[in-house]
Amino acid sequence: MNSFGAAVAIARKDLRSELRSKEATNAAVSFALVILLILSVAFEPTGDETHAIAGGLLWIVFAFSGTLILNRTFARELQNDALEALIAAPIPGWALFLGKATSSLVMMLVVEVVSLPIFAIFYDVSLVWTLVPVLLLGTWALVVVGVAFSALTVNVQLREVMLPLLIYPTLVPALIASMILTGNLLDGQAFAGDNLTWLRLLVGFDIIYTALAVGLIDIVLVG
Amino acid sequence: MVAVEGVWKYFGDFPALRDVSLNVSRGACLALLGRNGAGKTTLLRILAGFSKPAKGTVTIAGAAPRDLSARARVGYIGHGIAVWDELSAEENLRVFATLYGVDRAQIPVWLERVGLLRVREGLAREFSRGMRQRLAIARAFLHQPELLVLDEPFTSLDDRAIALLQSLLREARERGACVVMSTHQLREALELASDVVLLKNGRVAHSGERTEEMLKDPAWLYARYGEG
Amino acid sequence: MREKAIYILGLLGAIALVANMYNIFLVLPDEANQGAIYRIIFFHVPAAIIAFTFFFVALICSVAFLAFKTFKADAIAVAATEVGVMFATINLVTGSIWGRNIWGIWWTWDYRITSMFVCVLLYLGYLIMRPAITEPTQRATLAAVLSIFAFADVPIVWFSIRWWRTQHPGPVLETGGLPHNMAMALLYNFLALLAIGTALVLVRLRSEHVQREIESLRRLALVEA
Repeated sequence: MNSFGAAVAIARKDLRSELRSKEATNAAVSFALVILLILSVAFEPTGDETHAIAGGLLWIVFAFSGTLILNRTFARELQNDALEALIAAPIPGWALFLGKATSSLVMMLVVEVVSLPIFAIFYDVSLVWTLVPVLLLGTWALVVVGVAFSALTVNVQLREVMLPLLIYPTLVPALIASMILTGNLLDGQAFAGDNLTWLRLLVGFDIIYTALAVGLIDIVLVG
Repeated sequence: MVAVEGVWKYFGDFPALRDVSLNVSRGACLALLGRNGAGKTTLLRILAGFSKPAKGTVTIAGAAPRDLSARARVGYIGHGIAVWDELSAEENLRVFATLYGVDRAQIPVWLERVGLLRVREGLAREFSRGMRQRLAIARAFLHQPELLVLDEPFTSLDDRAIALLQSLLREARERGACVVMSTHQLREALELASDVVLLKNGRVAHSGERTEEMLKDPAWLYARYGEG
Repeated sequence: MREKAIYILGLLGAIALVANMYNIFLVLPDEANQGAIYRIIFFHVPAAIIAFTFFFVALICSVAFLAFKTFKADAIAVAATEVGVMFATINLVTGSIWGRNIWGIWWTWDYRITSMFVCVLLYLGYLIMRPAITEPTQRATLAAVLSIFAFADVPIVWFSIRWWRTQHPGPVLETGGLPHNMAMALLYNFLALLAIGTALVLVRLRSEHVQREIESLRRLALVEA
């Protein structure tokens, strides 16, 4: 039993399932567009100040629309009791977690790739390639914490309410780092000086929470 | 093959299982009887590796149920069918084949066996209830498990599925696998069973071989232990 | 026995607090820059330290529960978290009053007050999630995991918000160094509040124990019926 193979199989089955039903991504993309619209009402898109806070606004869109995807991660396994079959299968907990996290990452990246150009158009910002590492690292932070808490709350009442309540405070450091980095990079800055420190913070957060999630996932799922 | 010794399981302060001990040898079929709330599902879930006992030990072929080696040997059918609706029958089995390290060539064999080869590319959500149940059976038997843990397997099966399951269980026992199943369908279960355990309020009220008496009057055990 | 401990602790703490108040309000002189309002730090600073002390206790007990499955550990974890959140809130409120007095604004976004706010949110999530899980063993297990996640975040939150504030400076609540007599007053207040806090944890422990007994009796009654 190849554990990585198992993780890949789980990720693929999630993505295949999502491709056919599009239940989470459709909702998340629509939600992202709605948030973009509301934000553009709240913050006049062409003002100078808005340009400065563009980084923050972008991650608000990702963080909020992402909840729709993250919530479904383990919740989709409740149908037909498929979660039991996954827990009973001879795969280590980290393989299940990584498989789920990977499929969620892909789905979130899809939402981001769709929202980014629209965001750039609404707020008149030029996208830069240096954004890519920040997008990946920041989204991984969202995914790691989101999937871990999705597993935690899968059998809890009011799951959809609990998940945002729990993940946002936990994600504050990662969100701050992502927002500031995005804002600076969109402003034309490079990965130097202070930006490097933020990047290191983001990487550190990702490592710590991936380790915690992988270490505790078995306890969360089995008890 | 399966050894349960002095197992206690608590939900909060409430003991769902109290000092439960039993053994299942290869080729045996254990019928787990008892009222709802007696602890049958709790015990089965421990065997299948979904929860851990608070006290006592459980071993499956010498390993704890949560060990990877033990999990690879167990096939579980619970109340849900545990397949993914948006995947086809073949895709569903392919996932489980990867998870259990089963050669993909086995998949069409099993689909044929449960009578789903013709609809292998149909999505599980398009299947009728009977077809979904048969897919669940294929999922559980795919990796040739040495221990089958079945929670009220006959409850929602149609005739075709029941016959299929019974023949698969017979075959499995012939190759040395053992079966533990809980049931309310006394007649079907007692016909298959070689051993019987009756749980009452979390304790083992009776444990022994299935006798002719039980076959003749399936409710005999319940009457004897005041389950009414 | 425990009741006596609760009363004695609480009483000692209360007496110490009242005695210290006399010192704080009537004996100590005003501070040079801030005037009378600085006295609020005698509550503001100990409240923060006590809050984190109790959050740490909750962490230890959560790990202990996961290791040994004793419900006593889980009960202490939730009691400590509740009292911790209470003290953290006191810290926020006193900080807010202080900021209002010094800077004229109710919320200064000073890095300490902001970080403490995030920590309160983290542990509020813990307190809100617990009742949403009906089964006691599962509740204790998941809450324990949550407590570990939350405490791991505390240092990261503090560092990140402090770094953010160095880049985007704003009003800061200065505590600075304290002369000896004020430092002693701070220490006494800290000890008094700690005693009161511990008494509260013990009270909460009792009610948690009773609650669990009721739950299990309920379940027993339903099964027998």
